[in-house]
Amino acid sequence: MTQLALVIDLNVCVGCHACVTNCKQWNTSGAAGALTDCNPYEAEPNGTFFNRVQTFEVGQYPKTETVHFPKSCLHCEDPACVPVCPTGASYKRKSDGIVLVDYDKCIGCKYCSWACPYGVREFDEQRKVMTKCTLCVDRIYDMSLPEDRRKPSCVLACPPGARLFGDVHDPESEVSVAIRERGGYTLMPEANTKPANHYLPRRKTTVTVRDEELYRSDNPHKIDGAPFDKNLPPTHEELN
Amino acid sequence: MRPAFSVLLLTTLIGAAQGLFIALFLCELLAPSAATPTLLVGGSVIVLLLSGLGLLASFFHLGHPERAWRSMMMWRTSWLSREVIALPAFMAAAFAYGVAHWLALGHTLLIGVIGVVLSITLFICTGMIYAAVKVLKEWAHPLTLVNFSLLGCASGMTLAAAYASFVAPTLTAPLAQAAFVLTALGLLTRGAALVRNAKLSPASTLQTAIGIRHPHIVQKAQGAMGGSYNTREFFHGKSVGFVRAIVPAFLVLSFALPLLLVLTLPLLAFILQYAGLLAERWYFFAEAKHPQNLYYQGNS
Repeated sequence: MTQLALVIDLNVCVGCHACVTNCKQWNTSGAAGALTDCNPYEAEPNGTFFNRVQTFEVGQYPKTETVHFPKSCLHCEDPACVPVCPTGASYKRKSDGIVLVDYDKCIGCKYCSWACPYGVREFDEQRKVMTKCTLCVDRIYDMSLPEDRRKPSCVLACPPGARLFGDVHDPESEVSVAIRERGGYTLMPEANTKPANHYLPRRKTTVTVRDEELYRSDNPHKIDGAPFDKNLPPTHEELN
Repeated sequence: MRPAFSVLLLTTLIGAAQGLFIALFLCELLAPSAATPTLLVGGSVIVLLLSGLGLLASFFHLGHPERAWRSMMMWRTSWLSREVIALPAFMAAAFAYGVAHWLALGHTLLIGVIGVVLSITLFICTGMIYAAVKVLKEWAHPLTLVNFSLLGCASGMTLAAAYASFVAPTLTAPLAQAAFVLTALGLLTRGAALVRNAKLSPASTLQTAIGIRHPHIVQKAQGAMGGSYNTREFFHGKSVGFVRAIVPAFLVLSFALPLLLVLTLPLLAFILQYAGLLAERWYFFAEAKHPQNLYYQGNS
């Protein structure tokens, strides 16, 4: 079973909002209609977005770190929003695990957004339907695009490459390897929705230098199996 | 959560209608000589009026009311879908019950039993819409179901006593006594829910919401300048003082005053109780803290 998902590296994200604007650009231009903008040039601009970047400050001055946190639908493997939908407009695709809304069936009752613990569904105030991230389902299978462009808009836009896209059920995929090797985690695991999207944590970049990298490990004075002794006199080869 | 006024009207109006229908049926069952056709037919008309108004109010909650019929499709998984089926079914039973009494067609007890079963089914569906939302711990508890049912029955019984005082005075006293008992029971279970919810500790924290284990995290940006659906739908937007004042207000209006008045002035008791239940339902929404609010610390 395929489960497409995003893996977002918080260690790399610089909070530039390029994913937000490219998401908006792609999804407002599609067949599903424009993503509403209310008062775009007024004092209180607001509208429908599938993806937003929030910023948190972790720690207390002077030991603080700024963490930029992109937030979009997590395409849960056990989505709380789908079974509550009275019309069947919200559904999870069996073929690739994407959670979608059929805008022609949605009655705009907002019940799905109450059931989702993450607040990643947004009711569109002009279209009067519930909207959410589609993982750019209208471009990732588009055969008219070159293969390396068949990715969600946010992934393509990310300048530092903080966003990875792929099948989290394929153990050899780029995203699975990243989750496995770089401590990928899910949001609010206590909600038991099994989010497909993962986040990679912040990391301290350190260089580890071991003793055997400073002293030659093929030192002929070293007796096999015995601990390395740096007090041994230098060998003839080392002196030359 | 932001209380949606259409939903407050829907749940309180149909609750009273369901309670009134059960009261009418009990009158016919237990006091067939005193339950005049005027009481039962007129009562059925009131049941239909209230549930019809509730149904009308529910349409104002929808973005696309013209597609409302689609909401009957997913009854296998969605309690909302089940409610959408149960409400018209209950109204049909109430209509049949009224017509059967009006035209003396017979089989009224059978229709009544069907109506009562549908009324209870509708109570379960309405309560479960809220109790089934696992992420809202304030709602996800059997007490939600009990309160929707008991408060609906209590207000319906008070209304039955009020109506009987005009058309079947001999039934006023027993109906008022039943309303008294139901209101007292409702006070107990609603009070239990208030106590339970006051002691709740949230399952999620800002730390689990963004996955960073640190005791000091401050939000600097919420991802939108002029607010978003997230900052509108999940916050009631009223002051702490307002929310705190609502609780004694609905306790007095829904329970204390009706308990004092129902045996003497049942109509006034019903009017006060209905107003109180609107405030009660408002608070039911306002006190539910959605975990998504963790991502909007500026509004929390």
